[in-house]
Amino acid sequence: MKARIFVTLKPGVLDPQGKAIHHALGALGFAGVNDVRAGKLIELDLAEGTSDADIEAMCRKLLANTVIENFRVERDGQ
Amino acid sequence: MISAVIVFPGSNCDRDLKVAIEAVTGRAPAMVWHRDTELPASTGLIAIPGGFSYGDYLRSGAMAARSPIMQAVIEAAGKGVPVLGICNGFQVLTEAGLLPGALMRNAGLHFVCRSVGLTVETSQSIFTSAYSAGEEIVIPVAHHDGNFQADGETLDRIEGEGRVAFRYREQVNGSARSIAGILNDGGNVLGMMPHPERALEAAHGGTDGRRLFEGLLEAVA
Repeated sequence: MKARIFVTLKPGVLDPQGKAIHHALGALGFAGVNDVRAGKLIELDLAEGTSDADIEAMCRKLLANTVIENFRVERDGQ
Repeated sequence: MISAVIVFPGSNCDRDLKVAIEAVTGRAPAMVWHRDTELPASTGLIAIPGGFSYGDYLRSGAMAARSPIMQAVIEAAGKGVPVLGICNGFQVLTEAGLLPGALMRNAGLHFVCRSVGLTVETSQSIFTSAYSAGEEIVIPVAHHDGNFQADGETLDRIEGEGRVAFRYREQVNGSARSIAGILNDGGNVLGMMPHPERALEAAHGGTDGRRLFEGLLEAVA
């Protein structure tokens, strides 16, 4: 069973990497990019039967720093 | 005083910190490996060094904060044992929940490695008692993720409670309210991005870091 965890900076948290990417896109001539936010994708290969609660606990305890980051979980078939 | 320097894979200021503590206290600290589960008996000071623990994987300090020895550090901190986290050590302390906020990528994206001016914001702590409040000192920084951020309410609270230990006197990394170092609510945990252990001897180019260790020794001895 697979799960994908999307970790993103909370709205309002300054994202220097996103800003740099935004700047680079502009330098490459891509106009019309209003903003860029960079995040992480973490793929988990899990034992069958791993509960949503377990995955959420993994996110809260390690995968995301909830001071500055939000996370979203996508499980196979969802 | 019995002191301990915690060593993670990727720590690189652990030996500098050991030399600094030994120079000031006259006793070499125990070097405690991240896989250990206990601190030496009667440890009176825990120091978490700079470096790139676990290669900064996931987030700076994230893996180190969950390593076995940190349970013992969190327990000791709860009992009032002084804990000093420098640079990566500061990142580890925020990730471990011993200090509020987070250290993010420098606003300018560059690794910053130079001496910077700081203001000592309080002398009312075991770490800063040998300085005067408002004193200007110069300490080196060397970091990529030193941009301290927390929500406005948290920032107001730590400022209101006199828990900002040091502020930058110049633009360094984009930190909220120019915060360079903060204390926990008990005042026994300090996290700071600048490296006082690199400003101990005249040959280092400055000695402003020395009084942090001297004041600490006096406060806890």
